[in-house]
Amino acid sequence: MRFGIVVNEGPYTHQASDTAYRFAVAALEKGHEIFRVFFYHDGVNNGTRYTVPPQDDRNLQKLWSELAEKHGLDLVVCIAAAQRRGILDANEAKRQGKDGDNIAPGFRISGLGQLIEAGIQADRLVTFGD
Amino acid sequence: MSDENRKKFLYINRKAPYGTIYALESLEVVLIGAAFEQDVSLAFIDDGVYQLMANQETAGVGMKNFSKTYRALGDYEVRKLYVEKESLAERGLTAENLMPIVYEDEDEDYAEKPSLIFVDRSEMAALIQTQDVILSF
Repeated sequence: MRFGIVVNEGPYTHQASDTAYRFAVAALEKGHEIFRVFFYHDGVNNGTRYTVPPQDDRNLQKLWSELAEKHGLDLVVCIAAAQRRGILDANEAKRQGKDGDNIAPGFRISGLGQLIEAGIQADRLVTFGD
Repeated sequence: MSDENRKKFLYINRKAPYGTIYALESLEVVLIGAAFEQDVSLAFIDDGVYQLMANQETAGVGMKNFSKTYRALGDYEVRKLYVEKESLAERGLTAENLMPIVYEDEDEDYAEKPSLIFVDRSEMAALIQTQDVILSF
């Protein structure tokens, strides 16, 4: 089956991102395809490489980035939600006149159309949120 | 787009409009999604019914009043806004407390028709059952 995954909460405050990650790992292990993971609302905060959680805890951003690299996952951060919350890639930082970017490896910033497309292309769109 | 390529999208709105950002960002998805010419419905349940309240005034909380956007949804071919009757009643609300939201029916000389459809909880459950894609906010 081809899944789309939506993550609507940031890391640590809510379990949503953890659960979405575990769902993605389990789905891939079972041989399913993941068309896209879309990060919306505070979920965009999963995509900053500047998070430094304590060493004895999981690093969700790294887990997502590593999973993306291993399986060629498409991790998309909503641009409108990202701009509100200070998540920028190099292009956006330049365009907005900011002095740096913070997007994590394996993530890319794009529009809400990517979410709708995931709904159209996936057999199941699964939302993880509050 | 031919019907077989259209999916039924249901946006479920569960939260009050200004306490969290979910309502505003849900609307942003609906507006972008309109360009994809899918079969779109919105549902308002639980505190989500507050999103449709008439006479919203946000100056006191210093937030953007986005309530007018709901009234513009008809221009985006979004014409089915399902409101759960029990959620209204549980909050002491009636249809009269909500904004009038209409769309223009091009098949009937652009007559204005109501977009709000009031359904009970079991009808809402049946509606959800018929959808292809559900986005819950």
